[in-house]
Amino acid sequence: MAEGCAIVTGASRGIGAATATALAADGWPVAVNYRSDADGAREVVERIEAAGGRALAIGADVADPDGVADLFERAESGLGSVLALVNNAGMRADGLTPQLAVEDWAAVLETNLSAAFHTTRRALKPMLRARFGRIVNVASIVGPRANAGQANYAASKAGLIGFTKTVAVEVARRGVTVNAVAPGLVETRFTEGMTNGLADAIPARRVGTPEEVASCVRFLVSESAAYVTGTVLTVDGGLSA
Amino acid sequence: MATQVNDEAVEKVILDGLEEIGAEGEISREATFESLDVDSLDLVELAQIVEDEFGVELDGDSVKDVKTAGDVIDLVVAKAS
Repeated sequence: MAEGCAIVTGASRGIGAATATALAADGWPVAVNYRSDADGAREVVERIEAAGGRALAIGADVADPDGVADLFERAESGLGSVLALVNNAGMRADGLTPQLAVEDWAAVLETNLSAAFHTTRRALKPMLRARFGRIVNVASIVGPRANAGQANYAASKAGLIGFTKTVAVEVARRGVTVNAVAPGLVETRFTEGMTNGLADAIPARRVGTPEEVASCVRFLVSESAAYVTGTVLTVDGGLSA
Repeated sequence: MATQVNDEAVEKVILDGLEEIGAEGEISREATFESLDVDSLDLVELAQIVEDEFGVELDGDSVKDVKTAGDVIDLVVAKAS
């Protein structure tokens, strides 16, 4: 495995927490980023350390370029060069387009899309020099597919997929891979109140777990996925098949 | 700590950096990036080497017109002074 650390944004709970735990199990020292849930991030770090891994909780708002600079500085001084990045931090602020507040449009785009630009831009510096890097963006099946009431969210995730593919092509010859996972309905606090009664529409007849998404991220970060880049791995129980 | 910026130090870092990023042919101050088969991604990496060594940031705009290793050396020295 590469000598360096992984940053997982929005890792205090849900898919981010499961991903941080999975990467730590593969031997990555992990920076567990959070914006407001310090307790959740601390629990993730404790869980990783109890299993014999290394982790550091780092509070930073990744929608803010200064926050990103601080996040990387602290991760690098505490855990080493950043060679894996999982852009997982996300938010939703739903509403039908005519009623969608301008602030909610902007906030979702900044957190779900611009943040990935800020972190990726910074992460590529050490990755290009190391001739190795793994970037995984947590997108969604919403974006490539419509979901009424989520125009901002869909735009951000579709944008994230376009971003993923373009950056992948730019840096492929340096051993840096850039991919996305596109979860469907996953049981987390993020989807609380959304999943009831929807399982029947999913071919697998159940919603997914954060661990099932995390295991896909884990694969994309691994050495085994060295030739996989610019792709979107859908994790949705067949919902969008 | 950042290396002291003078023409000689910058030349060494740039020429060594070009070798590190896999430039082809004879690396010299006069060599053009075209002759060295150095592309835009290589220049991004060279800019990173410069930033790591001298703390001088070379953004996209500032490197878009550079043609030779000497151009970059002059640019770094000018930016640092």
